[in-house]
Amino acid sequence: MCASVKYGSRGPALIPRMKTKHRIYYITLFSVVLLGLIATGIFQFWPHSIESSAEWSLDRRSVHDAPLVRIPMSSPISERGDLSCRMHTCFDVYRCGYNPKNKIKVYIYPLQRFVDEVGVPISSTGLSREYNDLLSAISDSDFYSDDVSRACLFIPSIDVLNQNSLRIRETAQALAMLPRWDKGTNHLLFNMLPGGPPDYNTALDVPRDRALLAGGGFSTWTYRQGYDVSIPVYSPLSAEVDLPERQPGPRRYFILSSQTAIHREYRVELERLKEENGEALLLLDKCSNLSQGLASVRNRCYKGQVYDYPQILQESSFCVVLRGARLGQATLSDVLQAGCVPVIMADSYILPFSEVLDWKRASVVIPEEKLPEMYTILKSIPHRQVEEMQRQARWFWEAYFSSMKAIGMTTLQIINDRIYPYAARTYEEWNNPPVVKWTSVNSPLFLPLIPPRSPGFTAVVLTYDRIESLFRVITEISKVPSLAKLLVVWNNQNKSPPEESLWPKVAVPLKVLRTKENKLSNRFFPFDEIETEAVLAIDDDIIMLTSDELQFGYEVWREFPDRLVGYPGRLHLWDHEMGKWKYESEWTNEVSMVLTGAAFYHKYFNYLYTYKMPGDIKNWVDAHMNCEDIAMNFLVANITGKAPIKVTPRKKFKCPECTAIDGLSLDQTHMVERSECINKFASVFGTMPLKVVEHRADPVLYKDDFPEKLKSFPNIGSL
Amino acid sequence: MQAKKRYLILFSAGVSLILLFYLQEPASRGTPNRGDDPHPHWPHFSDPLRAFIPWDQTETEDYNVRASPRHKRDDNSGAYKCRMDSCFDFSLCGRNGFKVYVYPQQKGEKISESYQNILSSIEGSRFYTSDPGQACLFVLNLDTLDRDQLSPQYVHNLKTKIQNLKLWNNGRNHLIFNLYSGTWPDYTEDLGFDIGQAMLAKASISTENFRPSFDISIPLFSKDHPRTGGERGYLKYNTIPPFRKYVLVFKGKRYLTGIGSDTRNALHHIHNAEDVVLLTTCKHGKDWQKHKDARCDEDNAEYDRYNYKEMLHNSTFCLVPRGRRLGSFRFLEALQAACVPVMLSNGWELPFSEIIDWRTASIIGDERLLLQIPSTVRSIHQDRILSLRQQTQFLWEAYFSSVEKIVLTTLEIIQDRVLQHNAHSTLMWNRLPGGLFTLPQYSSYLGDFPFFYAVLGVKPQQKFTAVIHEVTPLVSQSQPIFNLLVAVAKSQYCAQIIVLWNCDKPLPAKHRWPATSVPVVVIEGESKVMSSRFLPYENIKTDAVLSLDEDTVLSTTEVDFAFTVWQSFPERIVGYPARSHFWDPNKERWGYTSKWTNDYSMVLTGAAFYHRYYNYLYTHYLPSSLKSMVDQLSNCEDILMNFLVSAVTKMPPIKVTQKKQYKETMMGQTSRASRWADPDHFAQRQTCMNKFASWFGTMSLVHSQMRLDPVLFKDQVSILRKKYRDIERL
Repeated sequence: MCASVKYGSRGPALIPRMKTKHRIYYITLFSVVLLGLIATGIFQFWPHSIESSAEWSLDRRSVHDAPLVRIPMSSPISERGDLSCRMHTCFDVYRCGYNPKNKIKVYIYPLQRFVDEVGVPISSTGLSREYNDLLSAISDSDFYSDDVSRACLFIPSIDVLNQNSLRIRETAQALAMLPRWDKGTNHLLFNMLPGGPPDYNTALDVPRDRALLAGGGFSTWTYRQGYDVSIPVYSPLSAEVDLPERQPGPRRYFILSSQTAIHREYRVELERLKEENGEALLLLDKCSNLSQGLASVRNRCYKGQVYDYPQILQESSFCVVLRGARLGQATLSDVLQAGCVPVIMADSYILPFSEVLDWKRASVVIPEEKLPEMYTILKSIPHRQVEEMQRQARWFWEAYFSSMKAIGMTTLQIINDRIYPYAARTYEEWNNPPVVKWTSVNSPLFLPLIPPRSPGFTAVVLTYDRIESLFRVITEISKVPSLAKLLVVWNNQNKSPPEESLWPKVAVPLKVLRTKENKLSNRFFPFDEIETEAVLAIDDDIIMLTSDELQFGYEVWREFPDRLVGYPGRLHLWDHEMGKWKYESEWTNEVSMVLTGAAFYHKYFNYLYTYKMPGDIKNWVDAHMNCEDIAMNFLVANITGKAPIKVTPRKKFKCPECTAIDGLSLDQTHMVERSECINKFASVFGTMPLKVVEHRADPVLYKDDFPEKLKSFPNIGSL
Repeated sequence: MQAKKRYLILFSAGVSLILLFYLQEPASRGTPNRGDDPHPHWPHFSDPLRAFIPWDQTETEDYNVRASPRHKRDDNSGAYKCRMDSCFDFSLCGRNGFKVYVYPQQKGEKISESYQNILSSIEGSRFYTSDPGQACLFVLNLDTLDRDQLSPQYVHNLKTKIQNLKLWNNGRNHLIFNLYSGTWPDYTEDLGFDIGQAMLAKASISTENFRPSFDISIPLFSKDHPRTGGERGYLKYNTIPPFRKYVLVFKGKRYLTGIGSDTRNALHHIHNAEDVVLLTTCKHGKDWQKHKDARCDEDNAEYDRYNYKEMLHNSTFCLVPRGRRLGSFRFLEALQAACVPVMLSNGWELPFSEIIDWRTASIIGDERLLLQIPSTVRSIHQDRILSLRQQTQFLWEAYFSSVEKIVLTTLEIIQDRVLQHNAHSTLMWNRLPGGLFTLPQYSSYLGDFPFFYAVLGVKPQQKFTAVIHEVTPLVSQSQPIFNLLVAVAKSQYCAQIIVLWNCDKPLPAKHRWPATSVPVVVIEGESKVMSSRFLPYENIKTDAVLSLDEDTVLSTTEVDFAFTVWQSFPERIVGYPARSHFWDPNKERWGYTSKWTNDYSMVLTGAAFYHRYYNYLYTHYLPSSLKSMVDQLSNCEDILMNFLVSAVTKMPPIKVTQKKQYKETMMGQTSRASRWADPDHFAQRQTCMNKFASWFGTMSLVHSQMRLDPVLFKDQVSILRKKYRDIERL
């Protein structure tokens, strides 16, 4: 539209000068262009529908369409796995490069059907359902890249999940034929059932040279720590059976054994345990009278009584997971899914994802030799610990065992963490179930430090236009021995601060910071001028605090540098009638907030307030010109899990005649608003983080019958 | 004109063609004919695929025919490489627990100071036994620390000396400490003798040679490393923003040629003399001039321009590149200086890697990606720096600051393997106060300790158990203990009262005790010694213990108030009688004072709440030498408890409001009071202080200047408004 209008305005000047012939030229030319554009436009839409139908036909693709590759008899075979391989020796880290997302790129080879010279496939299963699910999941993930030249990790589409279905030599040849194989460098193989009769090796027997192995059932002898990844054996029941999560707590049985292929020596020992402890143990075996196949998988029997498997696992606190022929057992997955705490007895077994998962929190590992002591060992575990483990077990299954996708993503994340260790997921991220992540508190200032007195504190005075009062506050504060610097945050844009000569003379540096907008959050800005970690936030009308009180407050802050340490104490209460929180400024026996009209705190909280305040609280406070102090209390309590500390009895701050509720606060609507603030903040934080305490901090000899002149802080006001 | 038009037409045609082509391009990319790139994504196959594990194969394996699963376990025992289950005899640890035997030192055998420190740390620990028959672990009397043949400390003929040891048994259950192995030019990790099945606690160990869960990687420490106590970390406060003057620094030797020289030789590429200051010197050894390269003179000059200490304390990150060996002194130096170590030592099994999550306290770099290091460290978020830095300090003080800590950590790790299901959890090792103070034998549930409430998001129990220490017989009903029993029992938080009968007279009849609403349990002390008041009695089921002397005077209100305060500080001692310590410069020793002062550092256990875990720690962590001293003197047990708790928390105890007549009543007529009046008693306490400080290696007590009072304490408001009125009444 716009262009045609432009054209129209220019047209008359240009066109009449041309001859008709040329005009036709132009018209044809433009029609061609136009037609071209239209055609492209149609193509733009058309192919889409073509493509989507193609996608649809892709859905209908068959594995039999995959190209057939014949492996010559003499085709080279890789070296056996190199046991000395580590990330820094066998892994080519240059392929992964530096990238701001700290995410590796994973390439999947297209599916091929490998057959030997006479046409026999290398695997009896071909592509299994599980491996297909795994590759689909990786292909759909952020890790995936279809650009082989930029990939950091290569995943062959040759399915080696189950060694039993493989022809070892031919599989090795097939691997070696992959175009980027290069001795297996940066190649990742997934295997869940390694080894085969009679000796059942604990790692895949296929020669694989330097390739990384994500294996189920590693032992400490075959596992290359920090190189291989130990993965679970996926249980097909995970997808088949829906076991609802049960609340942690005591169960009908104490110990349950559900495996069917337990070695007879161990079964004898288990039966002996059963004799000793009776009903607490349930020993199940396969049902002899049932037909083979699915039914045998979904049922277990004890003395002719039939139990549903895996449902029965939910009826026990602990479930035995014994070594079978292999170390890795699919039972482990079923047991976790049921929220039963696995008792793992498989010496030298590398537990799934043990590089990142803390199995102590979800399982009990007992040496096979101590099987007879199992009952005593398990009985010694505190109840609360068992409940934690039940919850943890279930969560491990949900997050890391429940599907091939979960298993694949976890494996890739572990490798990713090794390549970008500085951006790795933390122990807490891996191991804390959501409920713990929600309730646990990890204070950012966790080190128990009593900072030295010498750096002192920086007083930040927020002011608008009360010059006289401001100067009085400055004069008072300047008497505090540990004061290092005074910052006046000048929040009035319409008026300039008084001339330098008019300010009170103080011994420490005094700086006036003019703000661009009259916002309450300005007082909590982490100004570069604040060079100490201790900040004293103080209003420009707090004139009653004595030098001793302030110095003592600083001393208390040094003992509690991660808390708000202040003078005006307030409380939040639950109003049963209204069903909501209420703000309380009366003199009560309890304190849950100290107001930042006069409080010491760590500069870190300025940074938090300015940059990490949840939700819209910061803007809300600025818009309402109220509650910045309450917001700060919420913030600090939420991140540290600790109550503030009220220091000294001081309750009046502005004038001796004033009541506790002074100035602005007197206003009834103001009080209502502050109650609203508490409710608003509690909903933004999703919890009520404030902690109520019944104590305040006084000097050791406060009100003691002791000569005043010998007291460090004699001048502590009584109200 | 014609030409112009022709050009125009040509131009337009060109433009339209380009346009067409350009617009076609994305469309053609989406066409089904994928030609060269057959599968951008994994296709969705429609065939019914088979499961990788057939239904009938899940558990019916044909291995039951095998003789015994035990065979399978022992398969690898013959291998050269070791694991705990193949090279360690667990049965030795079953009878007496985890005890460590040190071979007696022989005359004429030269032992370096460092090794001497290691041995005496073991001998001073609770693991030590002098009876080899009780031992589970054996430590050699032969100095194996320095196995560099060119070193003056090198011990010759170690091979034969070790073979001659009667208990050697091919190294089974032996632990060998080593700091240096191999020598120029290849610096192998061979010790020059056959270690057999012995475990190695070795510095600079590589992942290739490291036998997981068998060997232990220890840090390289200098011969000046203190035996006990050790310096605290240098971090005094958390500055915000957490950046320091330099981003990354390093100062050290450059080897020019040979093993491990590559990384340090390349450091100059990322040195920028501003915030990344990486300095190397070629000056070391006698013939450095011979290998000197073009950069040496320039590097050496730059090297001398900077002060190492200054750089260390003013840098956010410190580079720890490998030297000839994988580990270097730079590591512990950086850790102590709260300078986050940036590891550049491929294949180094980091110290105590089995238990420490180093990613929380260091940046692990890759030597191959040296050039990326500056951008990597610059990308670390400031919140992370803050936490990394604090963690360096925690780890330094928990596991590294003294030889004793390094040795004890090593032993605890081995003990964990022996106890298995009773081992430390990851959180116990990696959270304050660390694994040496968090003993898993007490409980495997973190919520039973005073340190993890916040991490777990739980609270301590709302009840307490009072333990009254009784040393005098019951004579009259006017004895203070009767009032005390009644007052404590009235507390709404009291679960039960335990009277510990440490009096030589037989137990009084049941009816002599006042009737109370809570159960009163009388336990007769077996040995009737002072330390028994801190035994972890099974009867104590609550998290909080209120420890009381028989002559303590307390009101119910005071008990209630102190308990509510304790709930906010469950890891500290919270109580009434405060005392202080001071350094006496004239006598050059610690002094003890009970005078009223402006600060205090101890709260005596005559009337104090603390977590019951400290009973366990007192009984099982402290050495018998200190406990028997307390028992012999019948004194100082309260001071020792304060030392212990402050050593754990690094924080002072908390004094709560004093009721004024408390002190006067303390000086009443009871026998206990006479003990207090005894001048010897006071002198003993001075001696105790110094004895304790020397065992802890440092003065662990910390001063506090504040006391916690009820919010309205002595305020001029109506007494009726106050919750804890009695505290103010005289």
